[in-house]
Amino acid sequence: MSDPTSAMTSSGGAVVTGEAEVSSSSRSTFLWRLASFALAFGLWELVGRIEISLAFPPASAVMRAFFEMTASGEFFASYADSLPPLLVGLFITIVGGVSIGVAVGLARTAEWFFVPVLVIFQTAPVSAIIPLLTYVYGIDDRSKIVAIVILGLPLVALNSYKGIQATSPSLLAMARSFMTSRLDTIRLVILPSASEMIFAGLRLGVSGAFIGIVLAELLITPTGIGDLITYNRSIARYDKMFAAIVSILALAAVTLGLMQSLETRLFRTEKRT
Amino acid sequence: MSVATANPTAAAGAGEAAEPILRVRDVGVVYSGSTVALDGADLDVPEGQLTALLGPSGCGKTTLLKIIAGLLEPSSGSVTVRGREIEGPGPDRALVFQDFALLPWATVLDNVAFGLRARGVARKEREETAQHYINEVGLGGFEARYPHELSGGMRQRAGLARALAVNADVLLMDEPFSAVDEQMRRKLQEDLLDLLKIENKTVVFVTHSIEEAVYLADQVAILSRRPGRVAKIIRPDLDRSGDVDAIRRLPSYVELVDEIWASLKHYVE
Ligand SMILES: Nc1ncnc2c1ncn2[C@@H]1O[C@H](COP(=O)(O)OP(=O)(O)O)[C@@H](O)[C@H]1O
Ligand SMILES: [Mg+2]
Repeated sequence: MSDPTSAMTSSGGAVVTGEAEVSSSSRSTFLWRLASFALAFGLWELVGRIEISLAFPPASAVMRAFFEMTASGEFFASYADSLPPLLVGLFITIVGGVSIGVAVGLARTAEWFFVPVLVIFQTAPVSAIIPLLTYVYGIDDRSKIVAIVILGLPLVALNSYKGIQATSPSLLAMARSFMTSRLDTIRLVILPSASEMIFAGLRLGVSGAFIGIVLAELLITPTGIGDLITYNRSIARYDKMFAAIVSILALAAVTLGLMQSLETRLFRTEKRT
Repeated sequence: MSVATANPTAAAGAGEAAEPILRVRDVGVVYSGSTVALDGADLDVPEGQLTALLGPSGCGKTTLLKIIAGLLEPSSGSVTVRGREIEGPGPDRALVFQDFALLPWATVLDNVAFGLRARGVARKEREETAQHYINEVGLGGFEARYPHELSGGMRQRAGLARALAVNADVLLMDEPFSAVDEQMRRKLQEDLLDLLKIENKTVVFVTHSIEEAVYLADQVAILSRRPGRVAKIIRPDLDRSGDVDAIRRLPSYVELVDEIWASLKHYVE
């Protein structure tokens, strides 16, 4: 009892999850996802073979078209047009959105101005305005970038803002009681606490950005991957049209997956309750 | 056992209380214009002793502790530590939170080292210090765990280790054991008394449990219902020289619990 190094004898208390459980559960979610993909493709194949409509080819035909277009360089040419504005737009959406959201959440001085504007952009049918961008920027890459940013940035900014606002008052009081500097409080308490919401916003924002580039290319500047979709539809090559859609979906999925692993790396989300 | 009036100078008399390290003078708090949470609260906290703040819920215990911690500015009155008026949180005081306030994304080690990190202590040194207090509160072996992997009792041990790690003279604890079950609470109370035999700390301990106050405290300050003030100071003077679990069987312990209940009863009715 009087051993000075362990005055409080360690007493019971359940220790929940172990490492093994965590990794086995993530493996099983991976299997479930695979199963879900297989099921979706199976259904697609089935429905496609029934030939309800020529405009709905089976999955296998789309896959064949996909490899064909990869080999022929059609994808390469389209993505050479789409990727530069997409990357610039994503960069602005991510960096700008997080910066604005975090800054407004922390400073709270411009809150009254930014928040309603962001909410309007988030809820308005922005795709209806996209054709109007032509009048401002013409049919060049700037229209695409603006379309991406309009669709993506408000989501990122609003969620980042909400994440910052949702920091537990109790953790803030704790930080203050230990005389934590403002910078350390932001670095060690507020940002890690908001990270989940920020990344949720980033996922939404990135999805919005992909919708933005496709909409811009469908509605204003017939180039890139949007044009690939429109062109193949106009010549009734629906297998190729769907292959082009699948390619952009795959790119979006890969981007979101990369972000997920970045999040886990940075903030060990798997360890949270 | 002795019962003194609310007059702090009288309470400090008779040489039984050590020199107060912390003085609360005529503190009043008005929340958002209308709620008077405290009105004319006076308290002397003797150095090296445990003072319990006891009172019905809503009487202003947390408010008073926050003021002592420097997290809340009183509308009137003052708090001094070693004769100097406090201006916000200071290195002489460390808080233990009712809801633990642990960072869910940080390990026990990082949580316990948090206060030292905020003070700019280098990594190696702060981790050594944190490890020392982790062992002392009985959490040895759990330093790499995350809060959600621990029971409530263990989480509060981490919260206590974090407060001990910054080596403040005064520990401020706000109903620290109220979020754990009864058996665990008793164990934590006993372990706290054992720990205080090693660590020479002044403790202000908020509780709504009469038993807890009498069991732990050298001095019990009873707060009256809102607007709260210190209505009565009681010094249990129980024999704590022996085993910590013997205290609950002392006749004077049982008597005192009854006596305090009698004087608190009319607040509840
Ligand atoms: N931030 C606040 N704003 C307004 N009223 C508050 C606030 N915090 C506490 N109060 C009120 O002040 C009184 C005392 O609260 P508190 O100090 O938390 O009591 P206790 O800890 O003794 O239960 C209560 O009536 C409570 O409703
Ligand atoms: Mg309280």
